[in-house]
Amino acid sequence: MAHFTKPDAGSWTENYPELGTAPVDYTDSIDPAFFEAEREAVFKKTWLNVGRVERLPRTGSYFTKELPSAGPGMSVIIVKTKGGSVKAFHNVCRHRGNKLVWNDFPNEETSGTCRQFTCKYHAWRYSLEGELTFIQQEGEFFDVDKSDYGLVGVRCELWEGFIFINFDQHAKPLTDYLGPLAKGIEGYPFGQMTETYSYRAEVGSNWKLFMDAFAEFYHAPILHQGQYTKEEAAKIQKYGFEALYYEMASPHAMISTWGGQSPPVDMSMVKPMDQVLRSGLFGPWDKPEIIEKLAELPPGINPKKVPQWGIDEWHFYPNLMLLIWEPGWYLTYHYWPTAVDKHIFECTLYFVPPKNARERLAQELAAVTFKEYALQDANTLEATQTMIGTKVVNAFPLCDQEIMLRHLHKVTGDYVKEYASNGRH
Amino acid sequence: MAATNTPPAEFSDLEPYLAWDLASEPERYAKRLASSMPEMQAFYDVAFPRLNDVIEYCDKFPLDDLPDDARTLMHIMQSLVLVSFPIEAWKQPRVPDSGAAWVELIREPVI
Repeated sequence: MAHFTKPDAGSWTENYPELGTAPVDYTDSIDPAFFEAEREAVFKKTWLNVGRVERLPRTGSYFTKELPSAGPGMSVIIVKTKGGSVKAFHNVCRHRGNKLVWNDFPNEETSGTCRQFTCKYHAWRYSLEGELTFIQQEGEFFDVDKSDYGLVGVRCELWEGFIFINFDQHAKPLTDYLGPLAKGIEGYPFGQMTETYSYRAEVGSNWKLFMDAFAEFYHAPILHQGQYTKEEAAKIQKYGFEALYYEMASPHAMISTWGGQSPPVDMSMVKPMDQVLRSGLFGPWDKPEIIEKLAELPPGINPKKVPQWGIDEWHFYPNLMLLIWEPGWYLTYHYWPTAVDKHIFECTLYFVPPKNARERLAQELAAVTFKEYALQDANTLEATQTMIGTKVVNAFPLCDQEIMLRHLHKVTGDYVKEYASNGRH
Repeated sequence: MAATNTPPAEFSDLEPYLAWDLASEPERYAKRLASSMPEMQAFYDVAFPRLNDVIEYCDKFPLDDLPDDARTLMHIMQSLVLVSFPIEAWKQPRVPDSGAAWVELIREPVI
């Protein structure tokens, strides 16, 4: 009962023969040794998105990012320099190793604006460019040349206002790494969607399990049925889920799907609040002017160019998911592993700033609705982690609509294998 | 929280629900979880029919420069949006099937 045409190979999955169609072994989500290998092979070697440039509005704006995914304690300072560029440094003072930038609790992230970084311990100071500029009682030291003791840099590059860092000094440039999938969406007005809602959750599962949950829409008609009226839930379940399009551009991937056209066709199936505020899970129904006035969307968005299009989701390996919604907004998901069975989940919703109270409340409803769903999504994960952990069953059959899960686990396995044999990917 | 904490005269029917005049989502969410369904139903029954009136009133002002009484109205309506899920969908204050899961809002635009 295919509603949308699949590739000539017969299925999306078989279109990428290297993926195979066999059940997938989930040992990669419960084995502590595999997690340590992932830290080395993936999180210390690939480009990691740490946020957007709008978080650094002026010279001296900075934020810190805790990155235990790349090793215990890893922490980075991201700053807008005097020259206007964005730089990243390891968050460690060169004197005796104190953490340089933090507030009350050293393990909590912080942000702000400053003229320089001053260590709390002995007041060593660093410029926004990372140079050591002041040593307390410098004359007491032995032959210390300040130019030898600048902050340790971390690779930092931008794509469309997204800030990426890389702990590997030899990694290829960011845009080469992101490749054609990213190229295809350049020009989307990300920079004008500055009204943001950010969420954080500590989740008791392997990071890949939550990515799995958001890499398929096959679960939506079942898990979230309480959100719909009874008739709508029955209709959606009968229809099931099929994507419009999948593309694997390893290590990255994307899915294009229908759903969320606005306004909904049958109003009797929409919650009263959604009807009044003309908004809901798919965002405000009325597009912002910026999107209305676009001559056309970048070619990589709605790649099938069909009217049923609702959402495109890109997975930029390893842990960034970017969703662009037809009504003209976007969101990001990040998954930061902290142990084999724990990770920190972050989400940010991005809207064009509202012009009035009506638009503001429509966005509020979209944000509130998002959290209601996310709570349900997060809750299945701990149960999955526990049961996979029993090793009663090791391999699981994934369907064609779960191709992005199959791809994620294969790519991760390949990175770990290659690192083990070559020392790098 | 608004300094005056009083809605404009034409919205005096909302006065019994000033406890929902909360500026941030964490405050509103905590109040939702601490409220009973009858409490939220009473709030919803009065506030929901006034939603469009509030929008019309607030839209007379620039969104980034609302007078205190309009801010109070907006905060109450933000609470109403949050309460609409227990009332319209869940029939309980908590999200069903959410168990021990907890998602925290860490940055938001505050009116």
